Amino acid sequence: MSSTVISHDAAHHDSHDHHHETFWTKYIFSQDHKMIAKQFLITGIIMAVFAMILSILFRIQLAWPDKDFPILEVFLGKWAEGGRIKPDFFLSLVTIHGTMMVFFVLTAGLSGTFSNLLIPYQLGARDMASPFMNMLSYWFFFTACVIMIGSFFVESGPASAGWTIYPPLSAVPSAISGSGLGMTLWLISMTLFIASQVMGGVNYISTVLNMRTKGMDMWKMPLTIWSFFLTAIVGLLSFPVLVSAVVLLVFDRSFGTSFYLSDLVVQGQILPNEGGSPILFQHLFWFLGHPEVYIVVMPALGITSEVISTNSRKPIFGYHAMVYSLVGITVLSFIVWGHHMFVTGMNPFLGGVFMITTLIIAVPSAVKSFNYLATLWRGNIRFTPAMMFAIGMVSFFISGGVTGLFLGNAALDINLHDTYFVVAHFHLVMGSASIFGMLCGVYHWYPKMFGRMMDAKLGYLHFWLTFLGAYLVFFPMHFMGIDGVPRRYYSFTNFPFMEKWVSVNILVTWAAIIAALGQVAFLWNFFTSIFFGKKATQNPWNSNTLEWTTPVEHIHGNWPGEIPTVHRWPYDYSKPGAEADFIPQDVPFSQTMSSNQAHDFEGNEEAIRIQEQWNKDNNRTVEG
Amino acid sequence: MIMSIENLQQEEILQSRKAKKFSLWLGMIGMFMMFAALSSGFIVYTASGVDKGIKTILPHAFIWSTVAIVLSSLTMHLASKAVKQNQLAKQKIYLLLTIALGVVFFFVQVEAWSTLTSRGIYFINTNASQSFIYIFTGMHLAHIIAGLIVLIRCFIGAAKPIPLDQNTFRMDLAAIFWHFLDLLWIYIYVFLLLNQ
Repeated sequence: MSSTVISHDAAHHDSHDHHHETFWTKYIFSQDHKMIAKQFLITGIIMAVFAMILSILFRIQLAWPDKDFPILEVFLGKWAEGGRIKPDFFLSLVTIHGTMMVFFVLTAGLSGTFSNLLIPYQLGARDMASPFMNMLSYWFFFTACVIMIGSFFVESGPASAGWTIYPPLSAVPSAISGSGLGMTLWLISMTLFIASQVMGGVNYISTVLNMRTKGMDMWKMPLTIWSFFLTAIVGLLSFPVLVSAVVLLVFDRSFGTSFYLSDLVVQGQILPNEGGSPILFQHLFWFLGHPEVYIVVMPALGITSEVISTNSRKPIFGYHAMVYSLVGITVLSFIVWGHHMFVTGMNPFLGGVFMITTLIIAVPSAVKSFNYLATLWRGNIRFTPAMMFAIGMVSFFISGGVTGLFLGNAALDINLHDTYFVVAHFHLVMGSASIFGMLCGVYHWYPKMFGRMMDAKLGYLHFWLTFLGAYLVFFPMHFMGIDGVPRRYYSFTNFPFMEKWVSVNILVTWAAIIAALGQVAFLWNFFTSIFFGKKATQNPWNSNTLEWTTPVEHIHGNWPGEIPTVHRWPYDYSKPGAEADFIPQDVPFSQTMSSNQAHDFEGNEEAIRIQEQWNKDNNRTVEG
Repeated sequence: MIMSIENLQQEEILQSRKAKKFSLWLGMIGMFMMFAALSSGFIVYTASGVDKGIKTILPHAFIWSTVAIVLSSLTMHLASKAVKQNQLAKQKIYLLLTIALGVVFFFVQVEAWSTLTSRGIYFINTNASQSFIYIFTGMHLAHIIAGLIVLIRCFIGAAKPIPLDQNTFRMDLAAIFWHFLDLLWIYIYVFLLLNQ
């Protein structure tokens, strides 16, 4: 009977495809989670390239502050008159680089891609809870991207108050050219972006809680899903707060209210705004801003958990500890925002509280790091490109995380605040670590997304150039920061104490350029493999999770027949007594009698009795 | 055999509806967070000086708008009850009443603004606690507009009419959202009253 059901159901889904799919509904306004994931990924990659080019531009300025590059004028026109980037434009470059990387690449590009791809696949759902809202989420994101790039084409230039857009600089259009129309566009773009993230996040949470297949209880979910789920919760609770902050900022900018503004004199003109508090903005901003860095890094942690376990051919070490660490990070992320504001004249007692909560985050982070290392320990490691990036992610997470202990300490932060030490810290721990998590995911799930394999050799080239490049770029910045060099400064030759760092800047810039060129290997690999890559098999990495039980060819509804039922957790790798070194989640215990352990049955006495009988009949002795 | 396939699809539809309803609850949590942020912003700002704070009696119009929106919640409840008993005509009448009361609420709120401005309490104000009144009510009205669109969509669904189970489901979601907007207003009003 079940076979009949399968064929009928398959026919239903196929006919669905034939009747409704046109070019527009399949590739453009698609409501299919797989296509939306690809849209998010490709848009994210384009934004990453754009933001990377911006960073190369300001790196050139930092390395050679007194040199002219006439070619820059050819491309940038009045923003680089005489071949040298203007100070205002320099600030725009760092602002938009930060905004795009944090929000468009590492939030939408990372969560958007992999939550969309993997939540339905790994949970055994036909699609997201609300496919239509999912589509809207992408198109809001896309519009936000277009508007942000569009801000480069307005006369006064893009926003330039930093990605944190602190007022009063961002709130007073006459303060700096970037605070004019560019800032307005930034705010419009970000509002659309937040709408996109909230719609996406609501969908992810709802799908995880409601659409799991039979047998998939919460403790059988892969760590990827746990991380996407918790990330979405963080986003849902924090992004709306940014909306409030932005709404007040919009009224201050355009209508003359005084939420954030007070006692300002700009270019000899006394501004009418009285009584506002710029610190209020910082509180509202960082109430989102700090959870945001966990929105960025948690999906990367989830992705690497999965990839490291699969490619070590070992169960993830401490599955429950991994989940509880993620939960711990989720909760703590909301009560640490004050550590961004130690130098705002905060009450030292309050500063002490924020310091303690901040330092506590080291505990779950360290648990995760040790669990990664313990998973790798004596594993049968397969160094696929995805695995290389996963290990790289762990490396960055540790080396960047350690400096978090310095910055989280209020007494030290007063010295290090707004220096290159901060730049080094967050570029390693949330920038590089998350990018590596994302790239790791791209290499690992590429066969699932495009049905073809990426070239491994180019993958290794890409990995080493990026890995070494990132360390060469960000590691020296720690020393500049300890020496007191402030971030966002335009020219190192204007201040005698900074001049000695110009030579280091030259090294950093060359490293950045080489690492950027390394991305060409990735882009080439990514886009040509879509058409010419080796055809993928159904389960190329011998992985346990449900997405690898779907056919290589994408179909509407993911599974041609019934959705598989889940019987076990996703990390049964190299289980003693098993025939293969992996047992997919949909394999029932009745088919793996030779490898079952008593604890697999979760106290089901009848199952344990049958197993013990089988053990006796087959002379199997179970250790432990 | 056919039955089992239909059951299967029916099960998936039910699952997806449950998920959509859940999404609505999540969305409302998001919206509430926005107002929670404004509330904490208001508290922090108001505490920053003795010259801050609402420093006026809230317009009486707010009482009338509260009455209007509570009544609209009641009519909305009756409308969704009607659809459950398959009384489409009744559903349409109650829906229209709800929409009308929503519109009344909207205009009474605007009327309250003009009361405030007549007392010299403008949106552009060096005491931003007073600007916050406009922000709270304005942001809430933006949500009311969204709510009215949802109600109109329900009405169109009922007038067409769309299949009953779909109509019921749509009404169910709309009712939850509309009641949320009602409670949200009561929260805002009480919050402002406690701070006046």
